[in-house]
Amino acid sequence: MKMNNDPLLSVKDLRTCFRTTNGLARAVDGISFDIPAGKTLALVGESGCGKSVTALSIMRLIQEPAGYIAGDRIIFQGQDLLKLSKRKMREIRGNRISMIFQEPMTSLNPVMTIGEQIMEVIQLHRGLSKKEALGLAVEMLNQVKIPDPAIRISEYPHQLSGGMKQRVMIAIALSCEPDLLIADEPTTSLDVTVQAQILMLMKELQQKEGTAILLITHDIAVVYEVADYITVMYAGRAIEQAKRSRFFRHACHPYTTRLFESLPSMDKRNEQLSTIPGRVPDPTRYPEGCRFADRCHLAFDRCNKEDPKMRFIEKGHSIACHLENAPAISTATATITRKTEGRATYTSSPLVSVKDLKIYYPIRKGLLKSIVGHVKAVDGIDISIGQGETLALVGESGCGKTTMGRGILRLIDITCGTIHFNNIDIMHISGSKLRRLRKDMQIMFQDPYGSLNPRMMVNQIISEGLISQGIGGNKKERDNIVKELMDQVGLDPGMIHRYPHEFSGGQRQRIGIARFLAVKPKFVVCDEVTSALDVSVQAQILNLLKTLQQREDLSYLFITHNLSVVTYIADLVAVMYLGKIVERGTIREVFDTPGHPYTQALLAASPCIGEDGRKKIFLEGEVPSPVNPPEGCHFHPRCPKVMPGCRKVYPGQYSLSETHSTRCWLYE
Amino acid sequence: MRRYIIKRGVLLIPVIMGVVTFVFLLIHLIPGDPVDMMLGETAQQADREMLRTRLGLNDPIHLQYYKFIKGIVRGDLGDSIHYNRPVLEIIIDRFPATLELTLGAIVIAILISIPVGIIAAARQYSIFDNSSMLLALLGISMPNFWLGPLLIIVFSIKLGWLPVSGMGGLTYLILPSVTLGTSMAAILSRMTRSSLLEVIRKDYITTARAKGLSELVIMVKHALTNALLPIVTIIGLQFGALLSGSIITEMIFSWPGIGRLTIQAIITRDYPLVQGCVLFIALCYVMVNLLTDLLYVFIDPRIRLSE
Repeated sequence: MKMNNDPLLSVKDLRTCFRTTNGLARAVDGISFDIPAGKTLALVGESGCGKSVTALSIMRLIQEPAGYIAGDRIIFQGQDLLKLSKRKMREIRGNRISMIFQEPMTSLNPVMTIGEQIMEVIQLHRGLSKKEALGLAVEMLNQVKIPDPAIRISEYPHQLSGGMKQRVMIAIALSCEPDLLIADEPTTSLDVTVQAQILMLMKELQQKEGTAILLITHDIAVVYEVADYITVMYAGRAIEQAKRSRFFRHACHPYTTRLFESLPSMDKRNEQLSTIPGRVPDPTRYPEGCRFADRCHLAFDRCNKEDPKMRFIEKGHSIACHLENAPAISTATATITRKTEGRATYTSSPLVSVKDLKIYYPIRKGLLKSIVGHVKAVDGIDISIGQGETLALVGESGCGKTTMGRGILRLIDITCGTIHFNNIDIMHISGSKLRRLRKDMQIMFQDPYGSLNPRMMVNQIISEGLISQGIGGNKKERDNIVKELMDQVGLDPGMIHRYPHEFSGGQRQRIGIARFLAVKPKFVVCDEVTSALDVSVQAQILNLLKTLQQREDLSYLFITHNLSVVTYIADLVAVMYLGKIVERGTIREVFDTPGHPYTQALLAASPCIGEDGRKKIFLEGEVPSPVNPPEGCHFHPRCPKVMPGCRKVYPGQYSLSETHSTRCWLYE
Repeated sequence: MRRYIIKRGVLLIPVIMGVVTFVFLLIHLIPGDPVDMMLGETAQQADREMLRTRLGLNDPIHLQYYKFIKGIVRGDLGDSIHYNRPVLEIIIDRFPATLELTLGAIVIAILISIPVGIIAAARQYSIFDNSSMLLALLGISMPNFWLGPLLIIVFSIKLGWLPVSGMGGLTYLILPSVTLGTSMAAILSRMTRSSLLEVIRKDYITTARAKGLSELVIMVKHALTNALLPIVTIIGLQFGALLSGSIITEMIFSWPGIGRLTIQAIITRDYPLVQGCVLFIALCYVMVNLLTDLLYVFIDPRIRLSE
């Protein structure tokens, strides 16, 4: 791909391998791309396709001897990084090329102050005295917009929030004014509002310093917002490369188009999402032909025999595909006719009805553990969910969504309030009655790795609920039910005797679904169930949840921070902020005409494809601690429309329509 | 931080009370009459009565307990029957020798184990790693009563480099410290290695590498400081093993410390002295664990800054 006469970084046929017990894993297998100075190249793809390994290879941080770079060249400012001595490479790392990582929570050394961690790199590469380095470190913190940098500099990482830590990481990375910044999923673990802040900050600093950025992400919407060039990676290789403007109109590799089609959105509400069957091939055993052939809906004979080479289909746009006229993506241009809305009003007698739910955690201090205050995780919430309905609960992390979900199922202690399930008051029933009722109300968790007992086989995991509820007579009968369930959720019933570690993330979430389906529930709390999954897998899980809902007339409480998932799956949405619901309504009402400034900001902050020139509302700061929520409306310190009255009293509920209401003084 | 320290201190009170009670009961837990055990069955009735009165065994048990605690608070642990001197005085006499020996053992253990652990972790599965961990396994498996005489045979008798036994200058300290410190060195080097291996997989180590720091700086400044918490814990816990190990080691090398004193007290059935020694060793152990807890404060800012 020809971009510029003299790119800053030119990766040529990079190959990185790892020795594993199954043989040689070719994690990166011949990728080439260029990054011009001052521009952003996004490396996109599903997990396991070699994005991070590519980044680590450029930094030469592949851990030897298990891994090694087999070829060919990484030309940075005219010199081949692979030919440099270790010492010379160390002079480049953190200095000319620096890197930030996905997990700000764990990327900083917990026993060193953030000042020490910034100064360390400054002193190392710039040869400044301690005093000069300190001054520069404060200046860097200021640049990344950390308030009170002179005080914050002597704090430790655990005293900062996730967004703040990522700012510190950026400060470390940019303190030596590098020419290239490698950002490996820098905003994936952050809230959309903080993500918007961090992306904005990176863009600003890029414009000021002229730093080139290699952005690694799986989020195409983020790519749309920040990238100049895009390289789509699959199974260790680039399969499509283009400029941003062309990519979002004419991307045409079947893998890329499928990725686009699997993104959930409001327009697709009444249809199944496209999915990509199968999974990324094992890097120890790549197929002979095209590596995507067995998952490709357009594959033909030649694909299985011959490996497609990258070829230009237009100036600055190349793909690795045998198709002569591959159909381009349609989402950016085509408007899908909106079908009639699904049922979106409360049914007369809701299945789940929660009134004034409060979940407080006592704060204990001192030797005698006396209670000095309360964390109001959930502070007076009313919701109701009808049979077959999906209510989405959205909000930034720390606002009490998960506590709320668990509270409704009485999995945690409730301070006060009433919960009716199927007209039964579950706050005041005995433990044994509640246990019997558990059959009807289930939960599914976010982390597909942590939520399955690693020492139990799939059949044990799924049949546990059957046993406890006395369903299925003997083991053989139960095994048959388990097999049936596995088939229903799209798992091979032959894998009944396998352990969780033998499954992929998406398959594990399917096990999670089979586990709750086993007891035929009426109501399921889905707590961020797709946030750990790739988009194509997310699409599969969303499809499955939707199909099951229609067939079994299930009700879901869908807890998520991903707004596009909400628009696809939910009928109703409730926006939560610091323990209270600030806005609720049907999807259309809340997303088309958001009333509360917080909802407006959330919607504006979430990246979106095809909305150029959309007015961005940047929320300052982060969710305050629920220990001491701000007086009056909890949102007022961050609210762009704050009025004097907001600081005094929490607003009441104002109806905007029969189903749409908000708690904001603007509507008084 | 102050809260943390006070909390740790307050938590010690029940532990110390438990230890004191147990030591008090020691004399009553002996099967049969303790006086018979001490004097033998052939002793005169008058002697027995005298000892009984001296030990206060005629008093009701709660009064005995009260007197015992009162004595401890005043620093009076009773008199040794064998030496006819206050128990505390004898213990204070002997304590420096034990302290010297255990400190020697700890220093040797740390000097060996930390570098070995670092190199083994930095070169996982290398020849150095494999052989040092094999040696460590051997070190843990070797009992003191076997290692001590072996070292004496090789270094004192065959090679004649070091004195066989007794206490004197630094040369006298080497063999007993090595004997006592070997198993701790072995456990510590395995601990250091595994703790470091865990730490060097952490993201912040990748961050440190991405900064362009050298491997040595990364290992010592970034990895070791984070790996220190479990290492310090083990040192604290091992101190108990060291104290009990010193009983045997001191016997082998005729080292005039608390350990040998305890054994002698047991052999001579000098119960007040046994009580004193056990109480003293237990309190040492408790104090070291308190020190370990306090060390955490300096190692980990998350503990230091909580509350």
